[in-house]
Amino acid sequence: MQRLPLILSACLLLVSCQKETQVDKATREGILLMGNSADPKSLDLQVVSGVIESNIMRALFEGLVQLHPTEDLGAPPGAALEITPDGTSTVWTVKLRPEAKWSDGKPVTAEDFRFSYERMLTPSFGAKYAEMLYFMEGAEDFNKGKSADFSTVGIKVTDPHGFVLTLRGPTPYFLEVIKHYTWYPVPKHQVLKFGKIDMVGNPWSRAENLVGNGPYRIKSYRRNDHIEVERNPQYWDAGNFPLNGIRFLPVSNTFTESRMFRDGQLHVTNTAPPEVVDLMKRVDPGSLRQEPYLGTILYRYNTKVKPLDDVRVRRALSLAIDRKALCKSVFRGFEPAYGMTPPMGDYQPPRGVSLDPETAKKLLAEAGFPGGKGFPRLKILIAAKESNAALATAIQAMWREHLGVEVEIQSKEWTAYMVAMQEEDYEIMGGGWIGDYIDPLTFLEMWTAGNGNNRTGWESEPFGAKLKESFQVTDPTKRNRLLQEAEEILLADSPMTPISWWGKNYLLHPSVKGWEPLLLDNHPFTHIRLVPQPPKR
Amino acid sequence: MLKLIFSRFLQGLLTLFVLVTLTFFLVHAMPGSPYTEEKALPEHIVAEKKKAMGLDKPLPVQYAIYISNLVLKQDLGPMIKKEGVQVSEIIAESFPVSLALGLASMGIALLVGIPAGVIAAVRKNTPVDFSCLAFAMVGICLPSFVIGPLLAVGAGLSFQSLNVAGWSSPTDWMLPALTLGMINAAYLARLSRGGMLDVLNQDYIRTAKAKGVPGSRIIIRHALKGGLIPAVAFIGPAFAAMISGSFVIETIFQIPGMGQHFVNAATDREFFLIQGLVLFYGFLIVAANLLADLAQIALNPRMR
Repeated sequence: MQRLPLILSACLLLVSCQKETQVDKATREGILLMGNSADPKSLDLQVVSGVIESNIMRALFEGLVQLHPTEDLGAPPGAALEITPDGTSTVWTVKLRPEAKWSDGKPVTAEDFRFSYERMLTPSFGAKYAEMLYFMEGAEDFNKGKSADFSTVGIKVTDPHGFVLTLRGPTPYFLEVIKHYTWYPVPKHQVLKFGKIDMVGNPWSRAENLVGNGPYRIKSYRRNDHIEVERNPQYWDAGNFPLNGIRFLPVSNTFTESRMFRDGQLHVTNTAPPEVVDLMKRVDPGSLRQEPYLGTILYRYNTKVKPLDDVRVRRALSLAIDRKALCKSVFRGFEPAYGMTPPMGDYQPPRGVSLDPETAKKLLAEAGFPGGKGFPRLKILIAAKESNAALATAIQAMWREHLGVEVEIQSKEWTAYMVAMQEEDYEIMGGGWIGDYIDPLTFLEMWTAGNGNNRTGWESEPFGAKLKESFQVTDPTKRNRLLQEAEEILLADSPMTPISWWGKNYLLHPSVKGWEPLLLDNHPFTHIRLVPQPPKR
Repeated sequence: MLKLIFSRFLQGLLTLFVLVTLTFFLVHAMPGSPYTEEKALPEHIVAEKKKAMGLDKPLPVQYAIYISNLVLKQDLGPMIKKEGVQVSEIIAESFPVSLALGLASMGIALLVGIPAGVIAAVRKNTPVDFSCLAFAMVGICLPSFVIGPLLAVGAGLSFQSLNVAGWSSPTDWMLPALTLGMINAAYLARLSRGGMLDVLNQDYIRTAKAKGVPGSRIIIRHALKGGLIPAVAFIGPAFAAMISGSFVIETIFQIPGMGQHFVNAATDREFFLIQGLVLFYGFLIVAANLLADLAQIALNPRMR
């Protein structure tokens, strides 16, 4: 019994002795440890629709163009050597890289691309993201079963390594669109080996069968634990990039993820909750990254509900929100939004909303509610989550202070919340929107009449007309002006009010080099290096 | 004895059947479907997806198909969002992890809880008893989502070879097992203290004392058997709960166990997975209760 303290202290010594962390070891081995929030729904890029899957797809597959490590709009050649538009940006001629191979050694051909797009658009396959291919002429009709003949879709194979894409109209930003993984190829031979073109749950995408054309291939996969990828020796540029592998960890609890980062178990986290942002600012500001992200946090008004059917009421509510204060105190970062579309490339959104309590009061009085008198007790619907509740409570207080209006907060479980949104069974609701590609259209098209993502009951003919007109314009300046005018209409009518541009707070280990701020947060892994850090004193 | 086991077995089957039926209709009564997504899916795609999964048929037909597949083919059905994966795969992958963690936690709970309870009972109303009770009270009152992160930060960040989370290194089971084990140890300590106190006041214990049987022998040979009956009744279902995983523990410590699926399957509307998990958990509970009954009979002659 007297030896117990001795044994205990020996044990303590054993577990506390200085050992290199997992990050140190991985840095030495050239393997990136990356927090990735959740297990992927599938490894079939034509089945999935999420951001977490896109991170894995970028490692395993390669699109026609690559992502640029520092420039949002850069598009270095990928699976294609050349992509040339015609004068109207409607017909695009693609020349594939002849030396490109799948990870099983078979060549990547134009037929693989044609097959991929046919599979994605085949109605019975039911691809969730088929809409992303609607840019091709005839694609929408084929996907909706209006045409059963795939030759009506705008892709023609011209030779084993060449094909021509005909789009539904001028698309000067097409290179941005095809960066999305829905435009990546799948290996025809491997898909058909395991099932028909439209087979749901085709086992070709199980880790043991997966064949890709990207810089990495699957090394090991344990569901809900990790996916590790290693160099694909068949990749056309194999050996010419520094990173040997990536280990994706599906850490869903953001606090656990931050703890793992601080314990040396992760190079980069998927996110950092506001509390951790505060902590890191104090203890390790060098590892905290706060960057803009291609998205907008917004509140929707149901324009079919009284008194929100009155544009003056909607404007008044929008003008009584102090976005700067929200960014500072609730989001601990992010930039206040003044339009729907975050600034991108040459596009600047119009300045549609800001804090103006005086005008807000006046508008509300004009609408018949002077000083908020007689205003019904509306409900703000949010998805049950602490950060949503904090935002709603702050806005509730701002409306009370500036307008004398009382609202309630109603929180629902995630799916129930989405059902309420889709059935437009709400009065005011919190939400957001993340763009698929860098172009204002992905933020504006959703507000057209009848669009499945509008959900405010708002429709505006002039708004729709401006967008339609922009589809026919090839000159980028003219096109941007049309889109700005459309956005002005949207903001003036206020079926929704923007709160902030989305931002990304996350933690990045100093050993990771070549990881620069990017609006879509899609970092090309082939440009990332790991550099061992001198031990901390 | 055999008759009892047989009747319990039939009761168990009936319980499971009622459970499956109730779950089936409850999950389908939830608002939304597996295809309710933030970015609305086009209607024609949702229709195709439902057709592929058989979710387009009337509910009674879906129920009949589900039950017949379950009984005839022992098929728990497919995952809806993870296309190409079977519910049985998910359970087969995640249950061994939860089982290992559950066994370790159970070991900790038994090794800490029962001795603490017994010692507290024997040393009734002494500082030893009060500190055991205080420990038990803290364990019962503090939820795992407080103890877990505290342990992770306290131990994981201080000791290099202990990870704050994960399930890859040989020491990774320690912190989650300690969290889960301590909470159950607290319950066990209270139950075994109460049980022991009851027994220690019995006549036969007084007789044993009068006959001059040494104290430790009285406790181990005579009192323990009866004193542990309440604890054993608790251990059955608690064990089933521990080996089927805990959402909180698994998300705090990043463990690929079964507990997280209970919650995620519900929010994701993974109908077949919810049903499969409920059925599996129900089976564990029924089995554990049966074992607990048998153990109680072994401990208590009056029940024979």
